[in-house]
Amino acid sequence: MNNIKSNFKLKQMKKISYSVMALFAAATLFTGCNQQGSANGALSSSAAEKVYVAPGEQDEYYAFLSGGYSGNLTVYGLPSGRMFKEIPVFSQFPTSGYGYSEETKPMLNTSFGFVPWDDLHHPDISQTNGELDGRWIFVNGNNTPRIARVSLSTFETEEIIEIPNSAGNHSSSFITENTEYVIAGTRFSVPVPQRDMPINEYKGNFKGALSFISVAPETGRLDIKFQVLMPGFNYDLSHPGRGASHGWHFFSTYNTEESNSLMEVNASQNDKDFIAAVNWKKIEEYVNNGGGTKMAANYAHNVYNDETHMGTTTMKKEVLTVDPTEVPGAVFFLPTPKSPHGCDVDPSGEYIIGAGKLSADLTVHSFTKMLSAIEGEKFDGEAYGIPILKFEDVMAGVVRSGGLGPLHTEFDGKGNAYTTFFISSEVVKWQLGSWEVIDRKPTYYSVGHLMIPGGNSRKPFGKYVVAMNKITKDRYLPTGPEMEHSAQIYDISGEKMELIYDFPTHGEPHYAAGCPAELLRDNSKKIYRLDENKHPYAVTSPDQARVERSGKEVHIYMSTIRSHFTPDNIEGIKVGDKVYFHITNHEQDFDVPHGFSIIGQNTSELLIMPGQTKTSIWEPKQVGVWPFYCTDFCSALHQEMQGYVRVSPASSSLPLSWSLGE
Amino acid sequence: MKSCIPICACLFSLLLIACGGKEEKKEDGFSVTRTKTEQKSESTAPVTDEVPASKRVILDEKGVGQIKSLTLDPTIDTAMAEAGAAIFKTNCTACHKPYKRFIGPSFDGILERRSPEWIMNMILDPQLMVEQDRCAKDLLVEFNGAAMANQNLTVEQSRSILEYFRTL
Ligand code: HEC
Ligand SMILES: [Cu+2]
Repeated sequence: MNNIKSNFKLKQMKKISYSVMALFAAATLFTGCNQQGSANGALSSSAAEKVYVAPGEQDEYYAFLSGGYSGNLTVYGLPSGRMFKEIPVFSQFPTSGYGYSEETKPMLNTSFGFVPWDDLHHPDISQTNGELDGRWIFVNGNNTPRIARVSLSTFETEEIIEIPNSAGNHSSSFITENTEYVIAGTRFSVPVPQRDMPINEYKGNFKGALSFISVAPETGRLDIKFQVLMPGFNYDLSHPGRGASHGWHFFSTYNTEESNSLMEVNASQNDKDFIAAVNWKKIEEYVNNGGGTKMAANYAHNVYNDETHMGTTTMKKEVLTVDPTEVPGAVFFLPTPKSPHGCDVDPSGEYIIGAGKLSADLTVHSFTKMLSAIEGEKFDGEAYGIPILKFEDVMAGVVRSGGLGPLHTEFDGKGNAYTTFFISSEVVKWQLGSWEVIDRKPTYYSVGHLMIPGGNSRKPFGKYVVAMNKITKDRYLPTGPEMEHSAQIYDISGEKMELIYDFPTHGEPHYAAGCPAELLRDNSKKIYRLDENKHPYAVTSPDQARVERSGKEVHIYMSTIRSHFTPDNIEGIKVGDKVYFHITNHEQDFDVPHGFSIIGQNTSELLIMPGQTKTSIWEPKQVGVWPFYCTDFCSALHQEMQGYVRVSPASSSLPLSWSLGE
Repeated sequence: MKSCIPICACLFSLLLIACGGKEEKKEDGFSVTRTKTEQKSESTAPVTDEVPASKRVILDEKGVGQIKSLTLDPTIDTAMAEAGAAIFKTNCTACHKPYKRFIGPSFDGILERRSPEWIMNMILDPQLMVEQDRCAKDLLVEFNGAAMANQNLTVEQSRSILEYFRTL
């Protein structure tokens, strides 16, 4: 207690950064000597200018931060740190009705049924020739393995594919240089196919599936092309090769011990684990020539259609698997010290950086050296038939950072790399090639990922780096035991990094992706065109508004515009009916959504964009006259935007009737 | 025409009583004898304007917006008018009835009150009109602050609606 208290005091004096445990006092020292000057006076005012986006002006960059356990993706502006949108992906979201409306419920279907939540980790923007092209952003759901594609025109989730044979879908979702594939690797190895077997027979029997999901060039449509069934390690993170190394993908591994219990101890026994280098071009060729084994599977493929405004689920029954030992020259292991976590590839594609999270140093492998080692067949044994290369033969250098607990690295495109250190709470800037440390700055506190827009592509935009932290503590006004995580923005345009801003983030951001605003701004969709609306229950002119009954099902075809519903008086509904409100927003102007909610609705409201149709089910349980209203303050007469439904007893013979203004 | 309404309403309620299970005894609610004061009070509508904006004749004014001048052919292009009627139906009938005041004004004889340019500008950019055109501004007040919607039509689409208005 005393310790924490004094620590806290020190922090307030801005002399020393927070450290997790006394055990890491050394780490505290490290950051302690690298503090910047006091945060007032001229320095802070120039920082203020750098992040200040005047009222009415717009940010220079978009940043997409994963929401972690919120299941969603959040959109921020840089350098202001202002949040623009939360995009629901794997979680139900009452704000828009995503996952509650009849149209979007299918998006959350899986082989386990409706799973309305996931843990979203690693966003990656689509690329062409290794540069961001701003068409889509891909994200992974960790818990019930899924990959989603989000449109960067509508900023909506358009597709979700479940990944069979995977568990803890963590070394995902990273895309290749021309968006040929989204790659999704399993963190947990499991029996493949799943079966009833003793847990302690893990070793040698479990498998780690690495999935290569093809992306259709025009539509973005996802399809699992093949899965490589690897030895039963944990596949932690990954990144694609680029430039010369395009066609390869690199995965960090841990638990090469293949232990199945008390992993905290048992998975940290080996001095070195591996980075797995996978030549996917070679496997693609093998598969295209009929290689691989079709395995029975069961996984959901959910696609949202912008014209029908509707998602549909298809259950897929088969997946193509590849035994890596059957494709010679396709997979190699690069020994890498101490349970590497981050596995990042520099803009040139030559260097593969493994961050041994239990070590102080970073290991950098050389792609060229790797190729010649493979050519010279200089192997250091094998693991389950996969050749292990010699550490010395592939290693390009070691960054002796002096930090503790390295995790992730991004690049500025000017020959520098930036690595986060979780335990010593800092970002370290170092030079590629010389491996010299150039600068280090503390983070507040315990940083996980960091992000430079385009920082893991051929062309980074090296102006800002955002550090996303796991611990917030005293950064903001306290809000009870639970707080939003903190992030810091550093200006990296100069030799030294400068901390310029601090902002709270939503959920738990893991990785993030960013790009210049110009890439997206002009393609951002403003409205859905009413004359392109192909929703089967749409009404494209108010005179089509009607109510139809078939048995106990009642379909209300309703339209809305400022500020009324057509119809707004409905009679003839009975207790026990299943009432579908299909609502079409007839506005065709930017930023005029309408909402819909009705008393006792067991789902959520709907927020309907201009030109869109959405459906909500209502099952009236009590006789009465029940109001509905618009939830979005849409005009000066928004409070007038309401209507009534008369609910009669189940035995009533009152016919259906509907009206507006009569 | 007008006198038909109360009769219709009467029939309607009779109908309801006839078929709808239990019907509440009709309560007429409260009524206050007052006549609705026209919106010429205080600051909102200028005192000098006795004529409500919807009745005002402003044929010389072109409004504010991209349409600066437009000459109409003496004969109505019926194909264009039909196309206009269809666009009007999907985009405008939620708020306008051709011959009757609804959320927005009726279009009965609109070309006797407004210039073609003014109408086109009102359809193409109502926000700008309401901000900068005197009559449009007064219309907004007259219609209780209900907004005229920008339905993002093209010039061609708006032009065909104008042709349709000529048939009214
Ligand atoms: C959301 C309701 C709404 C919709 C939809 C709408 N209007 Fe209007 N309109 C109004 C209101 C209300 C006014 C009165 C002016 C105001 O309040 O700003 C108006 C005024 C007008 C006027 C001026 C009338 C006059 O007497 O000067 C024209 C012309 C017009 N609308 C045309 C259209 C056309 C054409 C469409 C379809 C493309 C349309 N409106 C769609 C509500 C609407
Ligand atoms: Cu509304």
